[in-house]
Amino acid sequence: MKFLVPLKRVFDPDTRIRLKADGSGVETDGVKYAINPFDAIALEEALRARDLHGSGEVVVVSIGSTDSQEQLRAGLAMGADRALLVRHEAEIDSLAVAKILAAVYKKEQPNLVLMGKQAIDDDSNQVGQMLAGLLGIGQATFISKLTLPADANEATCCRETDAGLEIVNVTLPAVITADLRLNEPRYVTALGIMKAKKKPLEELTPADLGVDATSRVRTLKLGLAPKRSAGIRVQSVDELLQKLRAETLIP
Amino acid sequence: MTANSTHVLVVAELERGQVKGATLAAVACAQQIAQKTGGRFDILALGHETSSVGDALGKYGAGRVYLADSSDLKNPQADKASQVITQVAKTAGATVVIAASSTFSKDILPRVAAQLDAGMLTDVLSVTAEGNDWTLQRALFAGNVIATVALDGPVKVFTVRASAFAAPSPSSTASPVASVELNSAGQPNQIKFVSCDEKPSGRPDATEARIVVSGGRALKNSEDFERLIGGLADVLGAAVGSSRALVDAGITPNALQIGQTGKVVAPELYMALGMSGAIQHLAGMKDSKRIVAVNTDPEAPIFEVADYGLVGDVYQVVPELIQKLK
Repeated sequence: MKFLVPLKRVFDPDTRIRLKADGSGVETDGVKYAINPFDAIALEEALRARDLHGSGEVVVVSIGSTDSQEQLRAGLAMGADRALLVRHEAEIDSLAVAKILAAVYKKEQPNLVLMGKQAIDDDSNQVGQMLAGLLGIGQATFISKLTLPADANEATCCRETDAGLEIVNVTLPAVITADLRLNEPRYVTALGIMKAKKKPLEELTPADLGVDATSRVRTLKLGLAPKRSAGIRVQSVDELLQKLRAETLIP
Repeated sequence: MTANSTHVLVVAELERGQVKGATLAAVACAQQIAQKTGGRFDILALGHETSSVGDALGKYGAGRVYLADSSDLKNPQADKASQVITQVAKTAGATVVIAASSTFSKDILPRVAAQLDAGMLTDVLSVTAEGNDWTLQRALFAGNVIATVALDGPVKVFTVRASAFAAPSPSSTASPVASVELNSAGQPNQIKFVSCDEKPSGRPDATEARIVVSGGRALKNSEDFERLIGGLADVLGAAVGSSRALVDAGITPNALQIGQTGKVVAPELYMALGMSGAIQHLAGMKDSKRIVAVNTDPEAPIFEVADYGLVGDVYQVVPELIQKLK
């Protein structure tokens, strides 16, 4: 089976977010980057399926500047077979990302696209669903378990929904998006990093793919969310109840 | 009406045949937009045996309430549901398609946006519409940054954060109800529902409750969680919530998770019991009106956002609370 796994370059999850003084963007000086954690989970799942099947290919793809090579090399070091970088520097929205990925999908013809349910920077949670919609193929979002036999023409997915755990069968090819509890991604080893240096990393542009990557979403301004300040410490349950009753929050 | 007037389509979410409370926040947002732009709004509900929701959704001045009713939509999946929404949006000439944020809308609406070739935003906090210039606000980076963004294009799609919009105003005239013609032959059939482990708890949903009682890592097992967090919630008529740590440990079901990747809530009162206050959790509750924190560690970050902090062990504090509230 062939897997396509999009990887987004994001700030390391532990980064303390600072804004540029003019509100035009986020301060990037001294910031460490990582593969979007949800995408790393998706990649781990694809690698496990390939290795369990004993055959197949895992292709990682990223959209961004040449800096995104770092995350693609990390994906190759985890065990992906080859990488594609679609060079694009300007602001891009989910729909334009999905259009680029749809063009990559048509070029690569994978059996399954496995990707993170959302990126931890913009928390949009859109691209996988848009990609499936553009291609007219099935989707299973927010999954915490995947059952995918080697010769399957459908995948059984356990989805984490607001109501509870939902099981669906989705016809392949399909787009599947990973939630946190799907797996724990492996650590990159020194041997993995050595091997990754020899694996192919191809670069192309949206124009090469025939895609207009104009963004319909334009960021005008960023501001820090208002901070809550700490209130008071109460010394006992009685004092707490008295405070809450004074505000008629509880009976 | 001019050709380019604003026409909002609100996608309602149903749960066990009833309209979910969060849907009303999206209706309130649609009312705001219609008022500011001189436009109109309709509501679409998808499901099976939906006749009773027509009345419930018809109270808010929608130009029309569309009901798409079919056994195929009993547990609506993204392939069929997105096709129905796209069809109604195109037929009705909708220029804006919105819904309240939830796993239902996040699963389906991006697919609709792709089918309509529309830009989309998730979890919108406010909307300013002046002619064709739309600016919207939404949170980034686990709620730490608020972005003001423009959304271009003839059709716009977004989900709204329910807690950011007040209840819609009622209307004296009931909206006409129209049923959507569904052509089952042309329906996609790529996603097949098998089962859902949904267990009605009898407690309100955390996104709709006035009080949310939430437990964290200090709770050692499911029995203790139910006895303490569930017990306190029940004497208060509150919803229950949980940190990711308890979900990962198998102590609470995923559906209870509050935070960046779970539900985002903003009740009148949020009680954070035995939880440290990781930024991913704060992203899901820091807009609550009042926050109470109980934790044995006086340095726990949760105290930095709490209005009332009590240093103590939930195993002692919570039984005392329950006893004194009974």
